[in-house]
Amino acid sequence: MQFESFSEFLAMGGYGFYVWLSFGSCALILAGILVGSILDGKKLKQAVKAQMAREARIKKAKEESQA
Amino acid sequence: MWKWLHPYAKAERAYQLCNTLLPYFAVIAIVGLIVGWVWGLAYAPADYQQKDSYRIIFIHVPSAIWSMGAYSSMAIAAIVALVWQIRNAELAVIAIAPIGAAMTAIALITGAAWGKPMWGAWWVWDARLTSELILLFLYFGVLSLYHAFEDKKSGGRAACILAIVGVVNLPIIHFSVEWWNTLHQGSTITKFDTSAIDPSMLWPLLINIVAFAGVLGVVTLIRLKNEILRSEQHRPWVRELVNRG
Repeated sequence: MQFESFSEFLAMGGYGFYVWLSFGSCALILAGILVGSILDGKKLKQAVKAQMAREARIKKAKEESQA
Repeated sequence: MWKWLHPYAKAERAYQLCNTLLPYFAVIAIVGLIVGWVWGLAYAPADYQQKDSYRIIFIHVPSAIWSMGAYSSMAIAAIVALVWQIRNAELAVIAIAPIGAAMTAIALITGAAWGKPMWGAWWVWDARLTSELILLFLYFGVLSLYHAFEDKKSGGRAACILAIVGVVNLPIIHFSVEWWNTLHQGSTITKFDTSAIDPSMLWPLLINIVAFAGVLGVVTLIRLKNEILRSEQHRPWVRELVNRG
């Protein structure tokens, strides 16, 4: 360990602002794009499901109107 | 080899391959980032000149390397898409571009946050910085070209052509520190000479480089899966997949 205490670790020898700005923005950007991509996939699957349900409803309505 | 590769031109097989590869990249990314960041931030010794500010290198160099690595992979996919007319390769181009842009943005932001305390300026219009900024615009260009066309086929072709043309920027970025007088320092890691960095700093840096490759892989695979689903959403295999949960 290079630092004596946690507050020293946060201070980064006076460069804390720049170091944590870098690591913070890096974590934010990577987490953002990862979560965004996962949510996009979930939304897509839901859209396909909704489309299938809609087609099933239309099919059912057609069968009922014929009967 | 071609016979072995050919099934992966099929969307469903490519989708399955993404699923198979994802956990490996995820493990590399998670373990690598934890070890790399803790080592780099807390255990690597401070630099004799730049003190603790140099710790930004542990994310600046990996993101800069993969901003160019992602671009090369994207260009290779673009060539495959144009020459062999493989739709999955086109989707790969669109899947890589956003995370490539994110890597470029990280390299630029961390570079600015490092430049301020060391050079006294957040930004200078220097060859290395400017060519990296152009790389970011190339990624944006590829993405917006793809989405600008109503017809996805012509959009894909236009995006692929821009991706390939943009490759000229890669050697410019790489050699900018040698060709022009620049504020930016030269390479820290070299393949042939001994590196200009002590092993106690080199190891966490290498781990972070591998970890960022893992992140690049994870996000690319997830986005490629999404793009495959989007373009195949009316096919029976997608419906089966969605029904299964």
